[in-house]
Amino acid sequence: MQQTNRLRPFFENITFDRDDNELVLNFGPQHPSAHGQLRLMLHLQQEQIVKAHPDVGYLHRGMEKMAENMIYNEFMPTTDRMDYIASSSNNYGFALAVEELIGLEVPRRAKVIRMMLLETNRLMSHLFWLATTALDIGAMTVFLYAFREREYLMDLIEDYCGARLTHSAVRIGGVPLDLPDNFMGDLRKFLEKLPENIKDYEDLLDTNRIWKMRMEKVGVISTEMALSWGCTGPMLRASGVKWDIRKEEPYELYDEVDFDVPYSDKGDNYARYKIYMMEMRESAKILHQLIPMYFDTTPELMAHAPKYISAPKIDIMTQNYSLMQHFVLVTQGMRPPVGEVYIPTESPKGELGFYINSQGGPYPYRLKLRAPSFWHTGILTDLLPGHYIPDVVSIIGTTNIVFGEVDR
Amino acid sequence: MAQHQVNYMQDGGLPVALTSIDKLANWGRSNSLWALTYGLACCGIEMMASGASRYDFDRFGTIFRSSPRQADIMIVAGTLTKKHAEFIRRLYDQMTEPKWVISMGSCANTGGMFNTYATVQGVDRVIPVDLYLPGCAPRPETLQYAVMLLQKKIRSEKAIKSQKPKRLM
Repeated sequence: MQQTNRLRPFFENITFDRDDNELVLNFGPQHPSAHGQLRLMLHLQQEQIVKAHPDVGYLHRGMEKMAENMIYNEFMPTTDRMDYIASSSNNYGFALAVEELIGLEVPRRAKVIRMMLLETNRLMSHLFWLATTALDIGAMTVFLYAFREREYLMDLIEDYCGARLTHSAVRIGGVPLDLPDNFMGDLRKFLEKLPENIKDYEDLLDTNRIWKMRMEKVGVISTEMALSWGCTGPMLRASGVKWDIRKEEPYELYDEVDFDVPYSDKGDNYARYKIYMMEMRESAKILHQLIPMYFDTTPELMAHAPKYISAPKIDIMTQNYSLMQHFVLVTQGMRPPVGEVYIPTESPKGELGFYINSQGGPYPYRLKLRAPSFWHTGILTDLLPGHYIPDVVSIIGTTNIVFGEVDR
Repeated sequence: MAQHQVNYMQDGGLPVALTSIDKLANWGRSNSLWALTYGLACCGIEMMASGASRYDFDRFGTIFRSSPRQADIMIVAGTLTKKHAEFIRRLYDQMTEPKWVISMGSCANTGGMFNTYATVQGVDRVIPVDLYLPGCAPRPETLQYAVMLLQKKIRSEKAIKSQKPKRLM
């Protein structure tokens, strides 16, 4: 019977499953600030989240399965489409794993070029992160500024490999091309301007009242939480762990260049934002050091391993045996020795690792990709409860997840 | 006293342009194509780049909207998976007529390089597509060209009649 003195709706024939005012809100999978196809099921008490359940798989394209039916070189373009914001870092991670499997030594010039590509990709990724996060929070100006700088970097990459987004610029055993003539000049010009540009963004955001309100003390990840959820990259470094694979297990020439690993103890969104900004400066520092290193090298670009890597074009065109080997490598693919390998690299988003199990055939028996974004999506389960709906957007923004990489 | 000292019959003619309703409506429609942000994968990044500073889609009157109810065109940018297919149809149905679809990139056109158990082999199996845009990923210039082609197509349509139901592939 309805009590007239209480303002509660009264439904005679309906019984409700729950009587606790909890609202289930679906966020995504097609939400403009979900950074792709993230679907979150949020349980709300008024505006506050009590339970969050990230649902992934909306961009699952079966890449790991595809790898099992492709020769190693054939899989390279597919790695582009994993973390499509910094595709060279994926190319590189895969190439490095296969090289480790075969036991190849890459020529020094190829190493320098690869590092240049990796750092430009890091800059591109961080600029893109800044642009989208600022856009989600409402700073449209920063979005337009950061994309402007990103376009210059894309021009650089385009000069090198011809593609803007999906580079495939790293090959197993080296790099396919030498740097074009204008590359160094353009890179220097860009690097001269970059500190000013970063300062522009920081002037706009650092002390901005809205930015601080949305960022400070929001999405705090403690050190234990970050470690237990398998966070890597800027997410881990913002939570007080100074861990960078470039420093801890140096690959390529990272032990020869001088750079710092920025970290912070705060663990909130603002700390992550500062880390990204500082990392851009560090990348620029590395690129500065790479320019003279490039000129000290000899012009070899691909490793010499006739069993696995095709000979240079000039040999293929002039020598019969090189042509035969090239034909076999293209039609049948290389056959790495039996074994398994896991190689972690520091992609812009965190630890990107490739596990390859080879049974001696031309196809990998199993290829597993450890993508940082996947783990950073998982942490949302623990991170979001207690926050309000608007904080969801800024937290997703600073976790910097890319769904090509989460779902593969 | 005559208020107007201009002799319209001589000095440059009458301030009147003769046109048809079709042309007027299509001119308006084709120059204010509001697009639904449908970035699914890599092409979505290029779609964002076309909306950002260098390529500046606002010049074409193409403004990205986040709600299907405010959008005229849907730019399907990226791989459509079977798990997501249901939502693209639902959002397409929510858009108001007249509506057009640009399928951006190889994945949306035909499934592209992802011929696996998880991907839909072409977005035209779920929603009708007006324009296919090749490339993986297409450059922002290509998307601009596609929008210009779509404008051309809209200008050649009858504006007053309701859109014919489009056929799925």
